[in-house]
Amino acid sequence: MASRYEALADDEATTPEAIPERELTALERLAVQFGDKILLTSTRLGEATATVDPKSILDIMLWLRDEEKFVLCSDVTAHDCHGEEPRFWVVYHLTNVERPDRLRIKAGLPEKKPVIESVVSIWPGANFFEREVYDLFGVIFQNHPNLKRIMMPQDWEGHPLRKDFPVVYEPVQFTHNFRAIQESKPYAEE
Amino acid sequence: MGLLNRAANWVMGRDATPAQRAEDRVQDARLKQHLMPTWEEGEEGGRMTLSMGPQHPSTHGVLRLEVELEGERVLRADPDVGYLHTGIEKTFETLNYEQGCVLPPRMDYLAIEYCTWAYCMSVERLLDIKCPPRAEYARIIIGELTRLSSHLVWLGTHALDIGAMSVFLYGFREREMISDIIEMVSGDRMHAHYFRPGGLATDLPAGFEQAVQIVLDIFPGRIDEYERLLTKNPIWMERTQGVGAITAEKALALSITGPTLRSAGLPWDLRKTQPYSIYDAFEFDIPVGTRGDVYDRYLVRMEEMRQSLRIVEQALRDLPGGRFRIDNHKVAPPPKEEIYLSMEALIHHFKLWTEGARVPPGEAYVPVESPRGEMGYYIVSDGSAKPCRVHMRSASFANLQAIPAMSVGGLVADLVAVIASLDPVLGEVDR
Repeated sequence: MASRYEALADDEATTPEAIPERELTALERLAVQFGDKILLTSTRLGEATATVDPKSILDIMLWLRDEEKFVLCSDVTAHDCHGEEPRFWVVYHLTNVERPDRLRIKAGLPEKKPVIESVVSIWPGANFFEREVYDLFGVIFQNHPNLKRIMMPQDWEGHPLRKDFPVVYEPVQFTHNFRAIQESKPYAEE
Repeated sequence: MGLLNRAANWVMGRDATPAQRAEDRVQDARLKQHLMPTWEEGEEGGRMTLSMGPQHPSTHGVLRLEVELEGERVLRADPDVGYLHTGIEKTFETLNYEQGCVLPPRMDYLAIEYCTWAYCMSVERLLDIKCPPRAEYARIIIGELTRLSSHLVWLGTHALDIGAMSVFLYGFREREMISDIIEMVSGDRMHAHYFRPGGLATDLPAGFEQAVQIVLDIFPGRIDEYERLLTKNPIWMERTQGVGAITAEKALALSITGPTLRSAGLPWDLRKTQPYSIYDAFEFDIPVGTRGDVYDRYLVRMEEMRQSLRIVEQALRDLPGGRFRIDNHKVAPPPKEEIYLSMEALIHHFKLWTEGARVPPGEAYVPVESPRGEMGYYIVSDGSAKPCRVHMRSASFANLQAIPAMSVGGLVADLVAVIASLDPVLGEVDR
């Protein structure tokens, strides 16, 4: 389930059983509250990360905002692990403004049907971020009020930040390879 | 796919086919309809849908607003971005981490070094390295000077939008001094990629401290000069007070950060609340407003310029000597003179310039307080010398979502003041 980046996390995952004698971090409270809906938690390089079940994203986010006071949704983005399953990871960066704290929530989506519930109802500021992820990765955010392209033209085909979207370039023509390049160019049929 | 066809034709020097020409005509007609004002008769007066931008002088770049008006009142204002999208995040994936340093200044071209700083700190966190103290202090000095220079552009264009021409000229006079310092350290006035993962590209030049000292001596008087021109100016107050007000709760819900959030009364400045680099060693205050309107945003930024000068003064006083870049040749190249004498140095040099530094797998996001708000680079590494994914969280992009909340119900002339007070940089919005 976890991608190869997760698997390489070197420190131990925090489990509800090993609760030490101190105030719990937001990440540990999240793991206690939602149990098996939290697939993996880790604190690496000083950044708390929880990998969650995409189906219950709305419950988790609502709880984080109301109970843990993560009132600022700093960022929503995604990255593409092409050739792996789950392929798309939607990444949320949340900020607690009262007691300065940060939390990263990740949800993995399958290649065939990258659909996740929109969090615009929780943080209206996620609107542009989710539109950008939809535009550049093709992740569908359900119940988003205005899910249309934001960076690319409205009639663009494809999602440019996917790994299988080519970075197009023109080969440099010299005298020795001029003809080979000219013949291999994909001219449209008249 | 009319656009792609046209691009392919242009590259290959071919004429368009008749089918493509017909498609182009349809697209042009649609575009024309899209951008022309439309008029709709209503019961009491009419409604006009107006396309403001993308080539409008007060939109600070290529921002387009779809504005629905009833007389002078704004009923709806939707920001439409993407005109400057150049796919920088995709370009990052084709460059190694050191080459990637040239891209961040292209995004936020006013807070040049701030972007590179955020990028370098994310890479440093992935590499688990720390800069030498001299580099940290130099970064603070140059970063805060950049903030000054960015705020000067904001002040000049903001005043220009509302009709005060002279502030723009004064602001650019002082900005010149800062551009000269940036040129002195990096050789480039605009896209100075001076910060590198693990420190700086080169050491600070001779005469740097004196040049910064001159800025420190001259600047406070100049800020007073701008304030004399604007703060108590009746026209300025009339145009800005009570315009585009927003509460802190609403601003947080809309992911708005930076001076816009602070003007609403919340002292949320990452330099103080979640200190990065060595900001916790400096003494400075966070100015906050009370009403969250355009005038408060103006006051907050003016005070921020004074606080930046305080930070620069302390950093210049304590600027230590020593290395300007980390002594780890897996990340930073060895000194040139060592290459001729040491085999190991030659190998490191060769590996760094052919392949680049390998970064351990993981992900990092280090937010910094840019002049416009929270800026950060989310970098995912797969262990190779090129990043797997680089995403920039840009403050301007999120702050644009405030435009409907601030301008609906107000006058169309106030819309110009609202956009200027958000200080968006469209290169950062569209990336």
